[in-house]
Amino acid sequence: MRRIALAAVAASGLTVMLAGTALSDETDWGAYEVGDKRSGYTYAATETRSIQDDDFENPAMLWVDTGQELWDTVEGEAGKACASCHDDAAVSMAEVGAIYPVYYEPRGKLINIEQRINLCRTENMKAKAWKWESRELLSMTAFVRNQARGRPVAVKIDGPAAPFYEKGKEFYYQRRGQLDMACKNCHEDNAGNMIRANLLSQGQSNGFPTYRLKWQKVGSLHRRFRGCNSQVRATPYKAGSDEYVNLELFLADRGRGLPVETPAVRN
Amino acid sequence: MVAWQSLGVLRALICGAGIAALFATGAAAEEFVAFKIVDNESIAKSLTGKPGDPARGREVAINRKQGNCLACHKLPIPEQPFHGEIGPDLSTAGSTYSAGELRLRIVNPKIVNPDTFMPAFYRPFGLHRVSKDFQGKTILTAEQVEDVVAYLTTLK
Repeated sequence: MRRIALAAVAASGLTVMLAGTALSDETDWGAYEVGDKRSGYTYAATETRSIQDDDFENPAMLWVDTGQELWDTVEGEAGKACASCHDDAAVSMAEVGAIYPVYYEPRGKLINIEQRINLCRTENMKAKAWKWESRELLSMTAFVRNQARGRPVAVKIDGPAAPFYEKGKEFYYQRRGQLDMACKNCHEDNAGNMIRANLLSQGQSNGFPTYRLKWQKVGSLHRRFRGCNSQVRATPYKAGSDEYVNLELFLADRGRGLPVETPAVRN
Repeated sequence: MVAWQSLGVLRALICGAGIAALFATGAAAEEFVAFKIVDNESIAKSLTGKPGDPARGREVAINRKQGNCLACHKLPIPEQPFHGEIGPDLSTAGSTYSAGELRLRIVNPKIVNPDTFMPAFYRPFGLHRVSKDFQGKTILTAEQVEDVVAYLTTLK
């Protein structure tokens, strides 16, 4: 199943390349465009897209490979690896990347993949939580989400998740910082327009963790949030904060139906 | 040794805070100038009481840390390769708007259009979660606002 999805993604990538560099609104973006939703892939330069299209060229695959190694590594006092409970990630983690963040009853709030990984570590493996943005946590998150590559994003926003979704939505439309800008000003009202030398995208989250050429490494969605907030001269929230996890759910729903691309490559 | 080092750190911190405070005072010395909005349409009088300098205004419009007007607007500044596509083309802004109308639109364009993307370049209050470095400060000084107004009025 995963191989088929991958082949489909690769094939659509090829079509895009064959279509040439003149990108008009009529460009057929294949799986990267669902209704009026467009992946950041469709706003990326041809060279950037071709790096993502080829797993051997995509530097983020190094993180995915590290994640695979860590999956099988025994750590903590319980003497367990991820694989001890979850066995083959291709099977057990096939959906996770498409449905997180989720409402987590014991905490009465949402958790995202990074937080689920650390919960498993501290509670089941009796190992230390990984630090946010550490090589380990990025690698495991990228590896887990990569198992869902090609699957359409399909988060749950009703039931107990509903109030958190609403908070995420509120964040998205709230102006902030000295520049007094909301997420929507750039990513809803101006996707496809140039902001000086940069092309604004819809700000979709389906490719995270993402290899950003600017960072020269893989980074989390929350790192990107912090960057955006700082750019409008606002005080960012902490990575892993409730505010950002709620926003993460709102964004996932906003990109509902787009395929998980992790690990994507972006500017 | 350890105590001495921490004393050093402490001193550095105090010095640092002193410098920061000095800067803060420096910025605050550029006191917020009150102005009068006429009919929600314009600010007729110069914020500084003097006309601005159009050449300096052009520089402010280019500077990414100051006006950065080019982020969103097209301007007749051919040596700069990238002009944004978010706001209107300002190539003839001086014929479209009076100096007072331009001044209001730079000071606080939300008075004219509450939903605009454009920041208020001269409003240090009423904002959400402004980061420490920018708290209580305007994006442009009163003088810079006047320089940009002077520049834009030359665009006919």
